[in-house]
Amino acid sequence: MIRYLTQRAIAFLPTLFGVSVLIFLAIRLVPGDAIVAMLGTEAGMLTETQRASLESYFGLDKPPIEQYLVWLGNAVQGNLGLSVRHGAPVLDVILSRFPVTLQLALMSLLIALLIGVPIGILSAVRHNSFIDLIGRLLALVGLATPAFLLGTLIIYVLSVYFRYLPNSGDFVRLTEDPLLNLQQMIFPAFTLGFPFAASVMRTTRSAMLEIMNQDYIRTARSKGLHEVNVVRRHALRNALIPVITLVGVELGYLLGGTVIVEEIFSLPGIGRLVYNAISQRDYALVQGIALFVAFNFILINLIVDVIYTMIDPRVSYAKAA
Amino acid sequence: MQKPRERASLKLLGRLLRNRSGAVGLVLVTFYFVVGLLGSVELTPHPPLEQHPRERLQAPSATYIMGTDLFGRDIASRIMGGAANSLRVAVFSVTLATTLGTLLGTLSGYIGGTVDILIMRVMDVFFALPALLLALVVVSVLGPGINNTVFAIATVYTPIFARVARGPVLTVKQMEFVLAARCIGAQDWRIVLRHVLPNTLAPLIVQISLALSWSLLTEAGLSFLGLGTQPPMPSWGVMLSESRGIAEMAPWLMLYPAAAIMLGVLGFNLLGDGMRDVLDPRLRGLR
Repeated sequence: MIRYLTQRAIAFLPTLFGVSVLIFLAIRLVPGDAIVAMLGTEAGMLTETQRASLESYFGLDKPPIEQYLVWLGNAVQGNLGLSVRHGAPVLDVILSRFPVTLQLALMSLLIALLIGVPIGILSAVRHNSFIDLIGRLLALVGLATPAFLLGTLIIYVLSVYFRYLPNSGDFVRLTEDPLLNLQQMIFPAFTLGFPFAASVMRTTRSAMLEIMNQDYIRTARSKGLHEVNVVRRHALRNALIPVITLVGVELGYLLGGTVIVEEIFSLPGIGRLVYNAISQRDYALVQGIALFVAFNFILINLIVDVIYTMIDPRVSYAKAA
Repeated sequence: MQKPRERASLKLLGRLLRNRSGAVGLVLVTFYFVVGLLGSVELTPHPPLEQHPRERLQAPSATYIMGTDLFGRDIASRIMGGAANSLRVAVFSVTLATTLGTLLGTLSGYIGGTVDILIMRVMDVFFALPALLLALVVVSVLGPGINNTVFAIATVYTPIFARVARGPVLTVKQMEFVLAARCIGAQDWRIVLRHVLPNTLAPLIVQISLALSWSLLTEAGLSFLGLGTQPPMPSWGVMLSESRGIAEMAPWLMLYPAAAIMLGVLGFNLLGDGMRDVLDPRLRGLR
C-alpha cells in the first residue's frame, strides 16, 4: 500500500512541475514588463534608479531560467513570494482564505450527494416511470443552470419575496459563530450544489441502470432476496464507484472554481481572492493560487485513486500503477 | 442519385430526430443559430446599442417586446445581439480547439512512442487546473475582451479534444483495414485522413456539442465577471450582471438573459445526449 502510494505520488510530480512551468511562462507573457503591470500608470513616475532597484528586488534583472529556478526553489519550500496588494506572503494570504472555500466546497458536495444519489437510484429502479421523468428533467435543468445564473436568481427571490439579503453584513467564520456562518453559507452552497447534484444524479442513474441488468443482480433476485436488499447490498455498492470519480473531479474544480459564487455572495474565499488578484494585476498571487489549486487537484486525484482500490477489489495497486 | 455519404448523413439525421433528446436539442440549437445569425446581420427590432433615454426600464410592450434596460435599450434586440456574440465566441473557440486538439491527439495516438508521451504529458498539465481557473489565468495574461475569451475557451478545450481523439486512434490504427491500406502503399497522411480520422468522428461530434455548451456558459460567466465581452456590447452574461440590484424593479432585465442562457445550454446538452445515443448504440437508454 505504501509502495503504491509513493509510486502514484511520484507519477504526479512531472505534472506539478509542468504546471509550475506553464504558470511561470504565462505570467511572463503578460504584455508590458512586470513593474508596469504591478504599478500601472505610476510606473512612469519612477526614476531609473528606483526602477533598477525594484527590478533587482523582484529578481527581474536575471535571465528567465534563473528567475524560474529561484521561484521554483522558493515555491518548494513554501515561499510563493510576496503579494504586492496584500503586503504579505502569498501562502499566508491563500491559507487565510482557504477554509472558506473548503467549507463551501464540502457543503455543496454534501447537498449534491443528498439530492443526487437518492433521485438517481429511484430514477433507475423505477426506470421510465413518472419519478424517472421528473428526475431526468431536474437533472437537465440543473446542468443548464450555471452558478452565476442560479445565484442571481436565488438572491433575487430571497430579496424580493422574503426581504432577506444573504450577502449583507460582514462574513462570519464557522469557528466564530457557527449558526450565523451556516446561514451565510447555505445559499451559496446550494447554488454550487444544485448543478453538481444534477451530474451526480445522472451518473448514479446510468451506473445503476447498467448494473441492474447484470447477471449477479438476477442471481440475487432469484435466490429470493428482497428488492430493497438487492438494490442496497448488491447494486448500490457498485454503482457508487463512478460517483466517487465524479465527486473527486468536481471537488477539485470546486476548490479552485468557486470564483463566481464567492463573488456573487461576497464570500472571502480563494475564488474571490484570485478574481481580485487578476483585476488588480497581483501576479505573484495569481501564480501562487494557480499552483496551490493545481496541487490540491492532483492531491484529490491521488486520494480518489486510493479510495478506488479500497472499495473495488478488482482494481489492484500493481495494475493501476 | 444521392452520393452514399449524403444518404448516410441523412439517415443519421433521421435517427437523431426520432430520438427525443436529439429532436428537442436540434430544435433549440437551430433556434439559437437562427437568432444568432439574425443578430449578427443586425436584423433586430432596434439597434442593440441604441439608447432611448425617455424610455428607460420600460416593461415589455408592443414596441419593446422584452422591455428596455437602464439606458432605454431594447432587451429583445440585445438578447439577439448577445446570441450573435456568444455564437461567434463558441464557433471560433470550438473550431480552434477541435482543429488543434484533434491534430495533437491524432498525431499522438498514430505516431505513438516518445511523441505520444510528450504530447500527452503536456496535456496532463492543462488538466491539472480547473477549467474556469485556467480560463481566468489566460484572460488575466491576455487581458479581458472577446478575442481573449475565445483563446481562453480554446485553451481549456484543446487538451480535452486531444484526449478524445487519441483514444479511438489507438484502436483504429491496429485494425486490419489500416494494415491493408499500408500494404497497398498508402502514405501515412492518407491513412490518417482517409481511414483513421473518419472512424474517430463519433466521439468527437458528441464532444463538440458539449464544448459548444461549455463555451456558451464560459463566455456568459466571464462576461458576468466583467472579464469577457465588454459593455456596451451585448452579451447575456453582461446583461445578467447588469440586472443585479435593479431586477426588483424590472425583473425582465434578469428573466430574458437567464432564459436565453438556460435554453441555449439545454439545447446543446440535449443534442449531445441525442447524438451519443445515435452514434453509440451501446449506451442507448442509459442516460
